[in-house]
Order: sequence, then structure tokens, then C-alpha cells
Amino acid sequence: MNALHQIDTSKRRLLKDRIFYWLVIAMAGLTISPIVLIISKLIAKGYKQISFEFIIRNTPDTYEAMTAISNNELIPGGIANGITGTLLMVVLAAIIAIPVGIITGIYLYENQGKRLANLTRNISDIIQGVPSIVLGLIAYLWIVKNVTNGYSALAGSVSLSIMMLPMIIRSTEETLKMIPQTLKEAGLALGVPYYKVILKILVPTGFSGLLTGILLAISRVMGETAPLMLTALGSSVINLNISEPTSAIPLLIWEFYNDPNMVDLIWSSSLLLMGIVLLLNIVSKQIAAKRK
Amino acid sequence: MSEKNIIKIKDPILSIQNLSVAYDKNNYAVKDVSVEVKKNTVTAIMGPSGCGKSTLLRALNRMHELYENIETKGTVLLNGQDIYKLPTIRVRRMTGMVFQRPNPFPTMSIYDNVIAGYKLNGIRLKKSEKDEIVERSLRDVVLWEEVKDSLFKKGTFLSGGQQQRLCIARALAFGPEVILLDEPTSALDPVATSKVEDLLTKLKENYTIILVTHNMAQAARISDYSLFMYLGELVEYDKTKNMFTNPQDKRTEEYLTGKFG
Repeated sequence: MNALHQIDTSKRRLLKDRIFYWLVIAMAGLTISPIVLIISKLIAKGYKQISFEFIIRNTPDTYEAMTAISNNELIPGGIANGITGTLLMVVLAAIIAIPVGIITGIYLYENQGKRLANLTRNISDIIQGVPSIVLGLIAYLWIVKNVTNGYSALAGSVSLSIMMLPMIIRSTEETLKMIPQTLKEAGLALGVPYYKVILKILVPTGFSGLLTGILLAISRVMGETAPLMLTALGSSVINLNISEPTSAIPLLIWEFYNDPNMVDLIWSSSLLLMGIVLLLNIVSKQIAAKRK
Repeated sequence: MSEKNIIKIKDPILSIQNLSVAYDKNNYAVKDVSVEVKKNTVTAIMGPSGCGKSTLLRALNRMHELYENIETKGTVLLNGQDIYKLPTIRVRRMTGMVFQRPNPFPTMSIYDNVIAGYKLNGIRLKKSEKDEIVERSLRDVVLWEEVKDSLFKKGTFLSGGQQQRLCIARALAFGPEVILLDEPTSALDPVATSKVEDLLTKLKENYTIILVTHNMAQAARISDYSLFMYLGELVEYDKTKNMFTNPQDKRTEEYLTGKFG
């Protein structure tokens, strides 16, 4: 007797198979439904406010918004102060985090299995798990209290850069690990000094991988609100001075939420922020796909 | 066992004296090897896998020092200079190395790959000098006619055999004394292999070539001298013709007749 007769071909088995099939589909649908709902809601409620004005003008004050609402008009003004603030702080955070992150990533790649490298890698992983508001507190103590003597864009950038670091470190290390060892050997065999092999052969070869990591890190911190509340505070006008309080798109969304007259602006601001983050994600996915 | 059959060479370009390499303490990959290499010849290093032939080759431009805890004893004289007393960077510029798998730099064009040694070492050249080096090196490896119209395309678009010849050109561009090849054809198809072999026999007019191979037929076809290694020891070193027709050591004979390997 073979074991074939034991295989259950009954209707019960087929039914179970069916149920499982639909369960999987339902769960997958459940996973993607929030994003679809969010985007459709944002577009439906926010598209009216989005215009060129919205990008180039500062936030209105609550009185202007109230007048506009009572006249049944669109709220005037825009979020230019938030857009420039977000750009300023993210660029500054990237300037701080990219060199530190890439160099640390190279160090980890070069010292696989060494104790100090393992410790660094673990600490970097821990930083990734630290709640962002705690990083905001740290930047508050370091920068707001001691460096800029008040809320500032710099303090915001420092807190964002700490958030970016672990992602850049990890992606640098993983990217370099994927580059064949033999390229390094080819460089060294030509008598090229070690640091030049890394900077001129390995880093350019892994460039798209590094870029992907950086873009993902940027898109990740772009929507951060909590650390900025404790550091950048906010501003109703465009500020490009890194030692002054500065606004940011997520900060504005929070402010709009707290002002009953401005509630309409939440949707358009969120739509814009979401759009930028989505775009960065798509671009970095494209770059990552190209290199395979 | 009787005296080993290791021939002496007059005026060697490379002289290896009592070279031992250990990966850990007392775990020797190369044991007390002494060999002299004649200028403008092809010398093949043969032996079963794990016999230390790659380590011996890498010890000739100190590439084996990339591994940790390496210990090297003995001297290697290249043109009378002890390479273990020179800076590694200089040693590696005096030698060219070609690896098992073709490894052109993927971010660089064919042109830039050839002059990579100059570029990465920060040596500035005039455009005309660069053009000349690139053309000469590519002609040397018989690749010029195939790529002269696509010099600024990425080197990784070439076929495997072309890529390997490009890597040889890259090693030649710097004008090395010795070219070290570590099983350069093991990743190539037979046609590409025979092209590289033809190339090596031609190149020995101007260069000294040391080649690691696990392919006995290849050693017989292109080398002038052969050395046979077994378990880190140099067993026999002779003219290739003599070694293949009349091996002195029993282990060489067994290896050559395919009893092990």
C-alpha cells in the first residue's frame, strides 16, 4: 500500500483551501486599504486649497481665516514658511548626518566582527528605536539651551540628523557588503592607497545604494513633528536663519489642528507633505531597482 | 627522500628565498619555498587546490597581507630589491595582478579602466599621453580593434573574455616588472581561454609572467617553467618540458598523470 490513499481529496479539504485563499487576499487588502483611504481622503478634502498661492505665501492669521470662512471663501495664504523651514532643516540635517553616517558605515564594513564595530552597530540600532520626542529633548538640551540660546532650526536639524544616522549607517554597510571583494583587491593590486580604494572605487560603485538609503532617511524625517516642537518651535514667517525658530510642514499641520478657523488647511498641507514623501520613496525605489 | 629537483636560474628577475606564509600560528600555507624566476618567461604554479599556490602568488605583491594574522618569513627579491622592505604601495605598482574573475571597475569606462592605475594614484597625465597608454595597452592585449569605437562605454558591457583582457591591459598600463595571474581563465569559455593564452605567450616578450593554474594542459601549452606545489611545499621546479616528460618526484608524476588533484 502506498501513502496516496491517505491524501484527503474530500470537499472539506477543498473548502479549507478556498477559505485560506480568501483570507490571504482579505488580509492583503486590509493592509493596503489605509493608504488608499488616506490618499483619497486627503485629495478629496485638500485639493481645493492647493494652488501656486499655497506654495508661495505664508500662513494666514486666525482672523483672516475666520473672515474668509464667514464669507464662504477659501482661506487665503499658504504654507511657504513651512515648506522653506522643512527644506532648511532637512538639508541641514542631511549635511550633518550624511558624512557621519557614511564614514561610520564604512568603518563597520571594514571591521566586521570587531568588538568596537559591533558595539557601534548595536548602538546605532538602539538609536533607531529611541522615540523621536526623546531625540527632540536631547537636541533641546544640547543646542537650544547651550548653542543657540533659544529655539532654532539648528536644534531641529540636529534632532532630525540623529534620526537619520542609523538608516544611513545601515544602508552604507549593507551596500558595501554587496560589492564583490575582488574590486577592492583589483584597486589595491594597482598600488592604490587604501583610503582611495574606498573613496574612489567602493563608494562610487555603491553610489546608488547609498543614495537610496539617504533618500529613504530624508523621507522618513521629513514628516517628524514631535522633536521639532521642542526644538524649532515654529514661525509664522519664512525664516532662513538657522539660529532662529523655524516652521515646518508637520508643525503647521499641528498648529492648524489647534486652531478651529484653520482646520481646512490641515488637508492641503498633509496632501503636500504626503506627496513629497511619496515622491522621494518612489524615486529611491527606482534607483534601487536600476542597480539590480 | 632524495634531493628535490629545483633548478637554478641565472640572473633571475625575481628571487624567492625561504618564503613561508602562515595564516595562523603554525598553520603554514606556504612552507619554506625558494624559487628563482627568469626574465621574459611564463612560469606556471601548479598543484591541487589548497596547496598554497594562490598564497605564494599573492605573497609576491603582498596581497596576502589583506588577510588578518598573516605571518610571512623569508625574502622576495624583485630586481634585487627586497619587497618586504619596500612600502606595499610601491611593490604593488611594480607588479600587475589579474584575478580569477574579470573585475573591471563597474563605474568606469573602458578607457578609464585602462588608466585606472594612474588616475587612482593621482598621477596627472596629458591627454595625448593617456591616449597613447590606453592604445598601447589595449593593443598589447589584442583588444584595441574590438573596442576602439566604444572606449567610453562601461567596461562591464564587454564579454567575459574581453573583460579579462581589459583587466590584463589595466595591469599592463603601469609598466610592471612582473605580471601575476591567479587562474585567469577559470571563469572563461574555451574560445576566450585560448585568446588569453595566446596573449600571454606574446606578452612574455616584454614582461615576466607568473601564472597560477589548476589546468595542467594550460601549463603545458604556455609555460616555460613550471613549479609543482603540494601541501604548501615546493615539490619540483623545472623547465615545463622536462617536468611533463620526466618528472623527478613521485608526487609530481602522480599529479600529472591524474592520480590525484
